[in-house]
Amino acid sequence: MDISFSLLINAIAAGLLLGAFYAAVTAGVSISFGMLDIVNIAHPAFIILGSYIAYFFNINYGVDPILISILALPAFYLLGAAVYQVYYQSFEKRGQESLRGLAFFFGLLFVTEVSLILVFGVDYRYVEAAYIGPSIQIGIIDVPLRMVVPCVVALVLFGAIQLFVTRTFIGRAIMAVSQDQMALQLMGVDPIKIKRVAFGISIATAAVAGALLIIIQPIEPSVGREYIGRVFAICVLGGLGSMPGTLIAAMLLGVVESLTATFYGPSWAPAVAFGLLLLTLAFRPAGLMGR
Amino acid sequence: MNTTKFSLITLAVGALVMVFAHWVNVDYLYFASYTILQFIVLATAWNILGGYCGYVNFGSAAFFAIGAYSSVALHKFDALVDDWFPESVGVILHAIFPLPIPLLILVGGLVSGLVGFGMGYLTLRLRGSFFAIATLALAVVLQTLVVNWDYVGGSRGAYIIRPEQLEFAGITINYIEYLFGLMLLLAVIALVTARTIERSQLGFGFATIRDDELAAEASGVPTLQLKLIATTLSGAFMGMAGAPFPYYIGYLQPSSAFGLEYAVNSIAMPMIGGTTSWIGPLVGAILLGSAQQYATVTISSAVNLLIVGLMLVAFVIIAPNGLVGLVQGWRRTWRKP
Repeated sequence: MDISFSLLINAIAAGLLLGAFYAAVTAGVSISFGMLDIVNIAHPAFIILGSYIAYFFNINYGVDPILISILALPAFYLLGAAVYQVYYQSFEKRGQESLRGLAFFFGLLFVTEVSLILVFGVDYRYVEAAYIGPSIQIGIIDVPLRMVVPCVVALVLFGAIQLFVTRTFIGRAIMAVSQDQMALQLMGVDPIKIKRVAFGISIATAAVAGALLIIIQPIEPSVGREYIGRVFAICVLGGLGSMPGTLIAAMLLGVVESLTATFYGPSWAPAVAFGLLLLTLAFRPAGLMGR
Repeated sequence: MNTTKFSLITLAVGALVMVFAHWVNVDYLYFASYTILQFIVLATAWNILGGYCGYVNFGSAAFFAIGAYSSVALHKFDALVDDWFPESVGVILHAIFPLPIPLLILVGGLVSGLVGFGMGYLTLRLRGSFFAIATLALAVVLQTLVVNWDYVGGSRGAYIIRPEQLEFAGITINYIEYLFGLMLLLAVIALVTARTIERSQLGFGFATIRDDELAAEASGVPTLQLKLIATTLSGAFMGMAGAPFPYYIGYLQPSSAFGLEYAVNSIAMPMIGGTTSWIGPLVGAILLGSAQQYATVTISSAVNLLIVGLMLVAFVIIAPNGLVGLVQGWRRTWRKP
């Protein structure tokens, strides 16, 4: 009883830490899918790209992965803006985003994954940093630092995005474009420009999320696919476009997955997100904090 | 051209291909063209939902694997009969099992169709993108289930010993030729079904959903019902394409049944060929399928998948209506200079 109780508490603690990380992974999709209505299924591929950039500079130059991801932010932002430009010109402008736009992102996901396989191979890769390895003990809870550091960074990132969309002009414009594009246009703001900025930010978050991912677990190129179900499950469960909702949903998924992994075995964990997604779609499509 | 005529012509073409293959009689030809035929079925099945209704299914690999694994499950069942049932029942079951492949194809189609129906029922009432996301996640979850399911081999995979030859009404035929013939017939059936749908009321209903679902609903088109028919049919054909796969490959493991190449090819082939008519997936599957067979032998399978991905992205941007659309465009400019 005592052992299983501490096992339970530890599983919940690990789940909360994992949940914060999931929130960082989902933040980008919450912007692109939740606010801009762009079904960017390639987002996990950009995250894996971020992981490999962190890996490359960490192994070759010994730079801290999180520092690398912060330095990579502008590049990812530009990449995102460029992808949006292509997407807008080819699909959104012509009203073809549903079929061909989705196929486009699927193609991007696929091309990124196969390119990474060709460059880095399918071996699992990991990074080295001082906080990977040791763990801290709080009472009966035993938490590894390589979960704590990503959790803190994820919460900072998430808080920064929330402050940005609610307090700054561009952030509010992004919220506005998600509600009524025409009205924004009448106020003299170019909605396409706002969407480009927003999509750029959404891809930029992938740089940080990618670095956090490779700190938490060793990765190979196809790991990204496991995250497609997770990010969209979190995004839908939280309520589209709601950042607080996303955070709560991410924590929830983290805890449920951690409990499943602890009590039923880690090989079942990927199925949890999908089950949650189907349940949400069937019973409460608006999500927890949906409008 | 009416449907009967079209079916007869397609059957005749199929028979010609069969005769030609028998005349050449090289095992490699059977192996290579089986894969291409399998992609014709997958691409046509994808197009029934994707091209006609405008709903994207990213889970082709999942439906394909459902077909393949229902065959494995039934194949393994034969070995368990003696442990599970008394001798009297066992004799009867041994007479029925192992099921012949045409029956396995039907079972695979049925199971996949049911899964398609269930998925559609849960997600098709919402916005289109939810369905796409759910199908994407379906592949991951089913793979998790299969990996954890020891009966069908789990992550180790399952061996299926394929007989060398098949006795049928006194004639002995090569087993791979038999599989090839079945897949050829399945491709003919899929193409005839797709073309029949295209020209029927059902097809017009599908087209209204693709063009403007809200307007269709407002004019009294039973959109949910039609979408469910399309999802079920499409899923069933994908399952049927997968059912003979364990016998073809001999050793089935989750990562090969849920392989990325099925998901990407069944989208890329119709998109590159053209999604609005039955001929698009056929052209796309033959072109991309043969090119990949060639590239796998000469370059490497990773590079050839990269090429497919790049072509998919290029085609959706530059030629949204695929090769068929391009040809139609050229013909129009030729007629009206």
